[in-house]
Amino acid sequence: MEQIEYKLLTRRFDIIDALSIDDYIAQGGYTALAAAMKMKPEEIVEEVKLSGLRGRGGAAFPVGLKMDSVRKADSEVKYLICNADEGEPGNFKDRYLMEKDPHQVLEGMIICSAAVGAHKGYIFIRGEYTRSIYIMSSAVQAALEKGFLGKNILGTGHDFEIEIYTGAGSYVCGEEFALMLCIEGNPARSTYKPPFPTTEGLFGKPTQINNVESFANIPSIISMTGAEYSKIGTKDSKGTKLVSLCGNVVKKGLYEVPFGVSIRDVIDGPGGGPLQDGILMVQIGGASGPCLPPDMLDIPLDYKTFADQGLSLGSGAIIVIDRRFGVLDIVRNTLKFFKHESCGKCTPCREGIYHLLILFDKFILGQAEQKDLDTMMQLIETVEQTSICGLGQAAPTALKTTLHYFPQAYMSGMRTNRSRVI
Amino acid sequence: MDLNEIVRTRGNTPDQLVGVLRDLQKTKSRNYLCDEDLEAVAEAMKLPESHVYSVATFYSLFSTKPRGKFVIMLCRDVPCHVNGAFDIRDALETLLQINMGETTRDGIFSLEYTSCLGHCELAPVIQIDDRIYGNLNKQKLEQIIADYRRR
Repeated sequence: MEQIEYKLLTRRFDIIDALSIDDYIAQGGYTALAAAMKMKPEEIVEEVKLSGLRGRGGAAFPVGLKMDSVRKADSEVKYLICNADEGEPGNFKDRYLMEKDPHQVLEGMIICSAAVGAHKGYIFIRGEYTRSIYIMSSAVQAALEKGFLGKNILGTGHDFEIEIYTGAGSYVCGEEFALMLCIEGNPARSTYKPPFPTTEGLFGKPTQINNVESFANIPSIISMTGAEYSKIGTKDSKGTKLVSLCGNVVKKGLYEVPFGVSIRDVIDGPGGGPLQDGILMVQIGGASGPCLPPDMLDIPLDYKTFADQGLSLGSGAIIVIDRRFGVLDIVRNTLKFFKHESCGKCTPCREGIYHLLILFDKFILGQAEQKDLDTMMQLIETVEQTSICGLGQAAPTALKTTLHYFPQAYMSGMRTNRSRVI
Repeated sequence: MDLNEIVRTRGNTPDQLVGVLRDLQKTKSRNYLCDEDLEAVAEAMKLPESHVYSVATFYSLFSTKPRGKFVIMLCRDVPCHVNGAFDIRDALETLLQINMGETTRDGIFSLEYTSCLGHCELAPVIQIDDRIYGNLNKQKLEQIIADYRRR
């Protein structure tokens, strides 16, 4: 079988002691920073653009473009934020990145700070990740002592400090504006865009905010050059993807694969295959992601292939659900999750999800009628199209995709089984 | 550490509010912030009480009601769900003789649901204080609870 895993970001995992900066340096760590500090800011941005790196948090926005906007923003004060509020059910990749190779993340942030001209950075870590908080805090301290952080980094005159900011339990904080509102000391209730964070972000200043995995890619891109990096993966999706594989598989765990590998490759390869009952469906990305039937698992992990099917790759989790469970049970769980995590600010999300759940329960009870189905379809669209932030926009995804791929599950929940589901 | 010390260490700028509330709650034996705490925080941070209250009630790691000395948080999201989280819930409820959302009469344990704890490779998972316990089954759970009872 061809090699499925590709260790780029995970190459030092379990080889180095995460708490030892010397281990990291001995494995080539901080040489990318040294190289980057000899480059002009626009040259760093150019390398990232050439690499084709897209944001790994779920939205997949080109990282180089974001850096360019912040670099060009006219402001004395700029911020850098590393979004480590990993709360999407099924994901644990950012935790591994922070706990097994924290300096890789820091190095990526420091390089970006020099490129965009930011002197203050935050790592927003969810409050539940106490070990990540401890390890990242130790890493920041060690980097300060070595002169990779703080004043006059490596004698170049660039100053950059990093504060670890700890969340307090809120899924919506993973949304960039909600996260910034939390840092500013508010309830995390997101707001309208534009303006985007690149022009008006934290404390109203231009802000580059990226996911942990996005920053972790930066040192590799600088070391190997953007052009070389872009040879990994597919035409439309460059580099590797960390996949949090969980649910009903033999070997749950974190695997790094090049883009282009199929979902089935990951499950059957490093994942050791599904459990004995066989796959009912696979949820991709997490609670906000689509649920796919077994016959769609040969689809490659690739932004464009997913987008062409109207799907999103999200942050790369693969949750395998086997036949011991029912489609409706899983979707109900997902809807309840969003009902709980909705911040309550905008009506479509707060009321929409609540009413979707009421309608949905009629299917569970076998009492749904055609009009319930019609209302549900309409409401799905309303919630998706009119919610302020990504939480509401993605909340009906599991419901919508299961209606499409598993119509029989909904048919059996209807009083008259003659109705047509999509 | 008392509130004054927490605020002195962190500073009283608005961006420290969540951190101050976290640190303060950690000092409380019953794991919650009472009305007087929130008033005191508002005064120390020079913020309206209503604002402090809105923050304290927004985030799930804060509680404004007394909880047990140990708060057991059970993940119920899909990756844990399909690995038997609800069997673990039943076992916990039986073991502690309380329902989810309640506190044992001796004030030692509270049972709460939580959203994903990000340890799905160990599902089903619970968190007690800052520790994660994964790959749970009934026997393991009994052992963990017995260990905490002895503390």
